[in-house]
Amino acid sequence: MGYHRPDRVEDAFQALAQGASVIAGGTDWYPARGDGPVPQNLLDITRLPQFSGINRYDGGWRIGAATSWSAIVNADLPPAFAGLQAAGREVGSVQIQNAGTIGGNLCNASPAADGMPALLTLDANVQLVSAQGTRRLPLAQFVTGVRQTALHKGELLQAIDIPDTWQAPGTGAAFAKLGARKYLVISIAMVATILRLQAGRVADARVAVGACSAVAQRLGGLEKALQGAAPQDFAARVAQAPLTGLAPIADVRGSAEYRLDAVRELVSRALITAAEAADER
Amino acid sequence: MKDNATPPFDALPCATQFTLNGASVTVSAPPGERLSQSLRERLGTRDVKIGCNAGDCGACTVLVDGAPVCACLMPTARVAGAVVETQAGLVAQAPLAQRLADSFHAHQAAQCGICTPGMMVAAVALLRAVPSPDAAQVEDALGGVLCRCTGYRKIIDAVVDAGLGRTPPKAPAMGDVGQAIPRLDGRPKLDGRERFGDDIAPPETLVLRVIRSPHHHARFALGDLQAWQAANPWVALVLTAADIPGRNLFGVIPGFIDQPVFAVDLVRFKGEAVAAVVGPADAMAQFDAGQFPITWDPLPAVLEVGAATAPGAPRLHAGHEGNILCQGFVKHGDAETAMATADVQVEGHFETSYVEHGYIEPEAGMADLVDGRLHIYGCTQAPVMDKEALAPILAMPLDRIRVLPSATGGGFGSKIDISFQPFVALAALRLGRAVRITYSRQETMASTTKRHPAQISLRVGAQADGTLAAIAFEGQFNTGAYASWGPTVANRVPIHASGPYALRNYIARAQGVYTNGTPAGAFRGFGVPQSAVAQEVLFDELAEKLGQDALEFRIKNALSNGTPTICGQVFQQGVGIKACLKALRPAWAQLNAQAQAFNATGGPLRRGVGVAGGWYGCGNTSLPNPSTIKAGVRADGTVVLHQGATDIGQGSNTVIPQIFARALGVDVAQIEMIDGDTDRTPDAGKTSASRQTFVTGNAARLAGEALRRLLLAQVNAADDSRIVLGAGTYTGPGAGLVVEDATGPHPLRLADLPTDAEGYVLRVQETYDPPTLPLDENGQGAPYAQYGYAAHLALVEVDTKLGTTRVLHIVAAHDVGCAINPLLVEGQVQGGVAQGLGMALMEEYLPGRTENLHDYLMPTFGDVPPIETLIIEEPDAHGPYGAKGLGEHALIPTAPAILNAIGRATGARLRKLPVTPARLRAALKEVGHA
Repeated sequence: MGYHRPDRVEDAFQALAQGASVIAGGTDWYPARGDGPVPQNLLDITRLPQFSGINRYDGGWRIGAATSWSAIVNADLPPAFAGLQAAGREVGSVQIQNAGTIGGNLCNASPAADGMPALLTLDANVQLVSAQGTRRLPLAQFVTGVRQTALHKGELLQAIDIPDTWQAPGTGAAFAKLGARKYLVISIAMVATILRLQAGRVADARVAVGACSAVAQRLGGLEKALQGAAPQDFAARVAQAPLTGLAPIADVRGSAEYRLDAVRELVSRALITAAEAADER
Repeated sequence: MKDNATPPFDALPCATQFTLNGASVTVSAPPGERLSQSLRERLGTRDVKIGCNAGDCGACTVLVDGAPVCACLMPTARVAGAVVETQAGLVAQAPLAQRLADSFHAHQAAQCGICTPGMMVAAVALLRAVPSPDAAQVEDALGGVLCRCTGYRKIIDAVVDAGLGRTPPKAPAMGDVGQAIPRLDGRPKLDGRERFGDDIAPPETLVLRVIRSPHHHARFALGDLQAWQAANPWVALVLTAADIPGRNLFGVIPGFIDQPVFAVDLVRFKGEAVAAVVGPADAMAQFDAGQFPITWDPLPAVLEVGAATAPGAPRLHAGHEGNILCQGFVKHGDAETAMATADVQVEGHFETSYVEHGYIEPEAGMADLVDGRLHIYGCTQAPVMDKEALAPILAMPLDRIRVLPSATGGGFGSKIDISFQPFVALAALRLGRAVRITYSRQETMASTTKRHPAQISLRVGAQADGTLAAIAFEGQFNTGAYASWGPTVANRVPIHASGPYALRNYIARAQGVYTNGTPAGAFRGFGVPQSAVAQEVLFDELAEKLGQDALEFRIKNALSNGTPTICGQVFQQGVGIKACLKALRPAWAQLNAQAQAFNATGGPLRRGVGVAGGWYGCGNTSLPNPSTIKAGVRADGTVVLHQGATDIGQGSNTVIPQIFARALGVDVAQIEMIDGDTDRTPDAGKTSASRQTFVTGNAARLAGEALRRLLLAQVNAADDSRIVLGAGTYTGPGAGLVVEDATGPHPLRLADLPTDAEGYVLRVQETYDPPTLPLDENGQGAPYAQYGYAAHLALVEVDTKLGTTRVLHIVAAHDVGCAINPLLVEGQVQGGVAQGLGMALMEEYLPGRTENLHDYLMPTFGDVPPIETLIIEEPDAHGPYGAKGLGEHALIPTAPAILNAIGRATGARLRKLPVTPARLRAALKEVGHA
């Protein structure tokens, strides 16, 4: 019982073993309680030293799980992170971005998690720690379903690692979110893209879509189909590509049919934005 | 007393030390307690408002180490060592915040004021980082705070001006009728002093929570409550239907009082109250309503009018076959014959959704026993109606109940009905002590009234020259499980469904239909915004078929002085719709040209301009509707106005005194005002039906005139004498109130007069009741003494590939007869437009599915475009100084104007509201958009 806000990860594991409920930014944790009581045994991970901040590691960037969206939005990061930063700017509101964390966004495992598509395009891995040690998983294997993750009991998401896959000149990234109002909006659909242009044509591309399946999906077939495409070809390639993996539901925000229809347009636009951002020099 | 009994869980309080508004504080709170709760209930920082407890509204925004966060999503324990700033602290200490408050005041950026703390705190953070932000930066920074009153534009203006250091224009001190003075009750909303429904109760007050149905329709049985209470010794009281001393029913219209305070063994909607639990605050915070002993037996539910009126549908209420609540009917001329012979006809079936009022203040208040009388504190739109509703439930005489309205954080119709009042009243009576309640966001959305969803079939016919020939209207309005204001909607709609147009042949029938949905009641317009959508959209299609300009078609057919309405009522003066429509001509030409030029460039974005008109009868329909205003003069010459027109943000605390001051002939600032405490202030009726400026305004005018006569008579002064209040000009005996005429000053020796129980030496009380006449069986008569008129233009941009719509510009022309306060007129218009925009594009309440402010979408900053208000003043003979009501009018033309704009941009014909991206995209595909 009590509010635990350790600065040593060992103490965190101990609180976790005693059944503490993990809270990071709190922006999903509190709403999930509805009108019911708030748990009385909490583990606040925001003071754990390895859990915050954006740092270089050998071969990539490491973002602590308790890093706020505002910190990500305001960080000086390579062009490949433009989609992630754009997604951060569209998380809820400034208030939510100041408190909400990237790790919480992943662990909450909402189909509409704003961080997922961009992190998928960045080939992110998650670093999971427990008293037993550390393990790493590709992000796509971490979020396993609606409100489901691969976290083991006693395990915490410590950081997200983003390898330097997208450092070459000609890289551009973008994010597009479709909602029915300007702010404080949950996606009807969203798209993140990264591409690398060589001589004005796609040398490599990643496209990921959120809110159109239980877990955000990369569109592998479309990524292949984009190889060699110039921006003026994007729309046609997108129109013909299979959207394998997308299985949108109908909900208060829109029909399944609409989501599939709109997502192609969103993808095309995000690709164009990414291509415009790509600087080959 | 059970305050010291064990709470249901062992909560180990954590002591947290931090800096709050410059002072070091330590708070002891259970682990995980929200900062908003600790700030309000343990540290007395009640300027922090809780609107949703989910980060969806931003009202609770505070600065933690300079960064704006939602205090409802922040554990108190986390701010250990941090610096926390709130609105009250900032305004008290930071010059920047004071400048911002001045700018908010000058712009009327706060109406009801419930979102204002969040707005101002977020704005301070922005202004610290960006000293002179532009509008887009303001929108981004404040986008996390919802406002339901203002439409956001005045807030943007206020923040931009504060950043530029622009001195707010000095308002005329006199505050005469026609002068745009800032709200007289504005300052407390800007410095954190304002007290809303949840801000009254002391922290140690017992808390009540209502147990509500999780099913749309179910039988239920309560478990062993005595055993449950014994097992939970912290519980101070459990209330059920068995505890109601009087009649277990409430409602608003005689003959339609049908909703139980607590259901007995059957619930008819999800969210219906079945019991209540009272206990100490900390224990109630840990109470899980799911553990309350009750068993449910769900029954088949009908949620829509189609299902509810189908053969074999479950019947909700005895005596209402087919679940028909009631019917309204108007017949003028012979619509069927005229339709058959009309040169051109159009028809359509329209559907609108439940709309949530979305005030940011959930229902909240407290009941207490004082000297054997029941005192009810809290938010309301109708303090006297609250009393009248409570008396039969409590089996108490009216004079033992006193309602003391708090500030009300928005209402828009829903807070006319009682909600929390009977629960806390019953509990306070049983316990002999104060009991408070605050609805959760989910609870307010699930249990209080909504706008009626409508199913409308409409036919309109015209002659080839563009003269309207006939309208035939059939509407069914889903009133949910209980009547509330359903009969009013059914009656008002047929009277208004023609729109403000001249028409000789008309037939309209509107039914209220019971369903298992959330009760639908009063919401800005009482059904008229729904019928206006059908009528104004079909007018566009008719104009198109006729090959006529949409605006000119309306001007040609608009009502004018001397033309009978579809109720056969003839106004010889004051009909301002033509003037409103004509005022739009320049913008219509300019915006259409702009849209055409834009569309010529190609691409998936298409722009269009739409127009719509509207009207609304002010006050009750053919029913008595009096307001009474009292004023008194103290021996020292102070003039006191007892102003009972509840100000829910719309501005009656400013407009009514302005009218009174004009009639009396003094500066408004010199009048002391007393609010709607039912012991002290006579009944000014409910804040509803756009009646306060008109009806209470007239009572205030009469009271001001009567008091003037009384004062002048004291010294036999001439009618054109001047009344000089307050010391300064004169000294000596009687200097507090001096009457000046051609013969010189005449001090009133008020101290020589006897003082009454209220401390007055002179007093007046005047009542005004608008002249109306009953309607006959065909709805012919004089339902209202006046109508107000409006016409809106909307410029929209549709993304044809995604089905999204951005409204780029609104021009709103309103005939208000006489703008008592043009600043407040703009505020009403802009706020109404924002609600109309929401109704058009995003708002859809689905019982059980969208009971929060992230699944239920209301417009945010950035969704509401610049709004140009064109004030038309076609004086009304009955209105005070010619004034007409405005509240509902502001919303009525907006949604159809937007739909018409979408239609003109894309050719898509929308029949269902809201026009969500999915619905619009489907409609676009139907008309051939790729």
